[in-house]
Amino acid sequence: MVEIHTAEQDNFHLIQVEGDVDASSSIHLDETISEVESQAKNILVDCSKLEYISSAGLGVFMSRLQDYENEGRQMILFGLSEKVLNVFQILGLDQLLIIVDNFEEAKDRVDAI
Amino acid sequence: MLSNKSIQRITFLLALLAWLLLIAADLTGLFKAMRRSPSAIPQWLPQLLLAFFVLLQFIYFRSNIGKAESINFTDLLWRVFVTGLMATLGSLLLLGVGNAIEGYRIGKSILVQYLFYHINIALVLMFLTSTFVVWKRLILYQKTKSLLRFWKGFEYLLVGSLALWVFMPRVNTGFSIIMMLIFASLAYGLVLSVNLKWVAYLNFRQKWKSILLILLVLLYLSYFTRIMLSATQDWFEVLGGPKDGAWSFLNLRLNPVAVSLLGFTFIYALFSLLVILFNLPTSSVFEQKLEEVINFQRLSQAIQAGEKEEHVYNILLDSSISAVVADAAWLEINDQDGEGDLILQRSITDEELLRVKKSISKGIVQSVLERERSKSVTSHKLVATLKDPTFRSMSVYPLLVQNKQIGTLVLLKEVADGFNREMVDIINTFVNQASVSIENFRLLSEALENERYKEELKIAQRVQQALLPKKLASNGCFSIHAFSQAADEVGGDYYDTFQLSDNRYAVIIGDVSGKGTSAAFNMSQMKGVFHSLVEVAQDPKDFLVNANAALSRCLEKTSFITISYFIIDTSTKTVEFARAGHCPTLYFDGSTGKAEFFQNKGLGLGILRNSNFEKHVHVNTIEYKPNDVLLLYTDGITEANNADGEEFGYDRLKDLLEQFAQEPPEKMQTSLIESVYNFSGKRFLNDDYSMVIVKFNPN
Repeated sequence: MVEIHTAEQDNFHLIQVEGDVDASSSIHLDETISEVESQAKNILVDCSKLEYISSAGLGVFMSRLQDYENEGRQMILFGLSEKVLNVFQILGLDQLLIIVDNFEEAKDRVDAI
Repeated sequence: MLSNKSIQRITFLLALLAWLLLIAADLTGLFKAMRRSPSAIPQWLPQLLLAFFVLLQFIYFRSNIGKAESINFTDLLWRVFVTGLMATLGSLLLLGVGNAIEGYRIGKSILVQYLFYHINIALVLMFLTSTFVVWKRLILYQKTKSLLRFWKGFEYLLVGSLALWVFMPRVNTGFSIIMMLIFASLAYGLVLSVNLKWVAYLNFRQKWKSILLILLVLLYLSYFTRIMLSATQDWFEVLGGPKDGAWSFLNLRLNPVAVSLLGFTFIYALFSLLVILFNLPTSSVFEQKLEEVINFQRLSQAIQAGEKEEHVYNILLDSSISAVVADAAWLEINDQDGEGDLILQRSITDEELLRVKKSISKGIVQSVLERERSKSVTSHKLVATLKDPTFRSMSVYPLLVQNKQIGTLVLLKEVADGFNREMVDIINTFVNQASVSIENFRLLSEALENERYKEELKIAQRVQQALLPKKLASNGCFSIHAFSQAADEVGGDYYDTFQLSDNRYAVIIGDVSGKGTSAAFNMSQMKGVFHSLVEVAQDPKDFLVNANAALSRCLEKTSFITISYFIIDTSTKTVEFARAGHCPTLYFDGSTGKAEFFQNKGLGLGILRNSNFEKHVHVNTIEYKPNDVLLLYTDGITEANNADGEEFGYDRLKDLLEQFAQEPPEKMQTSLIESVYNFSGKRFLNDDYSMVIVKFNPN
C-alpha cells in the first residue's frame, strides 16, 4: 500500500511517497504526478518514507524523463533509502534523474535555476 | 399389495354380496315371522351383514377418491353431488315403481315393500359413506398430527358403535348406550367440522359453485332423512310396531353409524355452506394476495439461462400494475450496452410521460426519477400528487443494484391519493426482488465471463511457456541450465541462448517491467528482438543499442526491459557482456572459491529513447577458468520477502553460490531455489523469478 501527499510551494510541487510502490499502487503515484504536472512547475519527490519500489513504480518516473527534458522541467528525488537507491542505480535511472540526499539540497537545486 | 383398482372391484363385489345376503336373511326372517314360526336366523346376522356392507363401502370409496394432492375441492364436491344425484334418482325411481304397482296385488305385498326398503337403505348408506370419505379429505386438508389423531378417534368411535350395535342384546340398556354413542359421535363430528381451511383456497367462482353443490347435497340429505323416517314409520304401522327381538333390526334409526353419518355429513355441509358464504366478500383480496405471491415467485425465478433482463422488467411492470390497479406505468432502465435507455410503457404515451416527468421538479421523487439514488428510500416518500390533466397521483420506485440506481418504476393513477402504504410496500417488495434477480443475473454473467478469461489466460500461459527455450545451446566447454517461474499465470521474465558459430554462443536474460499480462506481451517482443538482432549484431554494445532503438518504438511509455547479454567464446575462453539495467550478474571464481557481482554500469532498454542511450552502454570482457560459474537471475529472487519483510538480498545469494558452486548447474539451481523458498516461507513468490546458470568445464 502506498500513501501519497502533495503540497504546493512557490516554485515547486512537493510529493511525499510513503510505503510500497508496486504494480498496483504505482497507478496512484502516476495519477498524482499527472495531476500536479498540469501546472508547469518543478517537482520534488520525498522518498524518505518509500520502503519499496517495483519496476512498475520506476516506470512512473522513467516515462516522464523525455518530456521533462523537452519542457525544461526538473524532477528531483530526495531522501532515498539505500535499498531504494540501489534499485534506481541498477536500472541506471540514477544517471538520468536528479537524486539528492535531502530536502534542503533539493530545494537549493530548484532555487538555483 | 393389491392395486387400487382391484381393491375397488373386490370391495364392490363383497359389498354387493353382503347386501344380497342381508336381503335374503331379512326376507327369510320376515317370512318366518309372518307364519309365526320361529326364525332359524340368529338376530345378529342381518346386523353383521349390514355392518360389513357399511365397512366395505367405506373401503371402496376411500380407494376410489384418489391421491390427496391430485384432486381440487370443487371436483370433490362435484363427486358428492353426483353420487347424491344417483342415489336420489334411484330412490325416486323406486318410489315411482312402488306407486305404479300399488293397485296390483304384488304392490301390496309386504315382501316387495320390504325389498324396496332394502334398496333404499343401500342407496342412503352409499351416499353417506361416499360423502363421509370426501368430508374426511376436506377436513384433513393441511392436517396436523393432533387433528389426524382426533380424526382416528372419530373413526374408532364409529366402528366401535357399529360393533356394539351388532352384538349387543336388544334390551333397554343397549338402546341407551347406543344413543349415548350417537351423541358422542355427533359431538365429535361437530368439533371436527370447524376444520374448513380448504374454503380459503377457493376463488370467487369456485366459491359460488361450491355453495350450489353443497345446497343440493343438503337437499339430498333431508330427502334421505325423510325416507329413513317415513319408511320405518310405515313398517311400524304395517307390522304393528316393533316387538322385542326380531323386528328391531329393521329400524335404521337404531343403526348408530347411519344416524351418526347422517348427522355428521349434515353438520359439515351446513358449516361449509355458511363459511363459504361469509368468505365470499374477502375472496377477491385473498385472490389478489395469492397473485402477488405468484408474481413474486415469477420475479425471483425470472431469469433463467439464455433469457434477457428485459424479461424481468416486463414481469415487474405488469405485476406492479395489477397489484395496485394502476392506470398507467412506465419503467426506465439505464443504458447498458450503448443501446440507449430502455423504456417500457403501459397505457401512457410519450407526451404524457414527458409531461408527468416535467411536473415533478424537486424532492426525493425527482431524484428517483433522475436515477440518482444510491440507497433505498423510506416508502411514504415515494408517493406524489400530480397537477396533471390525466393523472392525479404517482408513485416512484428506484431499482437498486449494488447500491446504484439502475432504473425507475413509475406507477400512475387517475385518482388523487391513489397509493396507500400497503400498496407502496408490496411494490417495494416486487422492486427489491426484481433488483435481486437482476443483480444475481449480472453476477452470474460476470462469473461466466471471468471463467472465460481464466481459460484465455491458461492459453496465454501455454503460449508463453513455449516462448522460453526448451533446449539451451552449448558445447562440451560449458554446462548450462535455466529455470523460470511466473508469479501470475503469465510473466515477464525471459532467457534464451543462440549459437552464433562453433565456438560462440549468445546468452540473454531479461526482465520486463511490471508483471502479468502486459509484461508477458512485452516479453514476447523481447524474444522477437533477440532473434532478429542476435545474428546481425557485431557485439553486445551493438545488440543493446539496436534492441533499445527497436523497443523504444514499440514499448508503451511506462514500460522498459532490463537485460544482461553475454557472448561466450569457447575458443578464446572469454565472456563478453553488457548490462542494460538488469540486476548485476554473479560470477563465481573456481580458483579462489569466491563469488562477486559484476559492477558494470548500464541503463534499461526503453528508458532513454534516443541516441543518448549509447553513452550508457558499457561492455566488459573476462577470461573464464575451469569451474567458474556464471549466475544470471532476475530480481524476483533477490527481492523475495520473508514474513518480517526482509529481502533475500544479494549477500545471501552470493554466500549460497559459493556454497553450491561445486555442484552441476541443475543441482545448483534446485538448491538455490529451495533456499529462496525456505527463506520466504511461501510456496508462491510475489514476482516472477528466473535463473540461468553457466558452468565452465575443465577441458
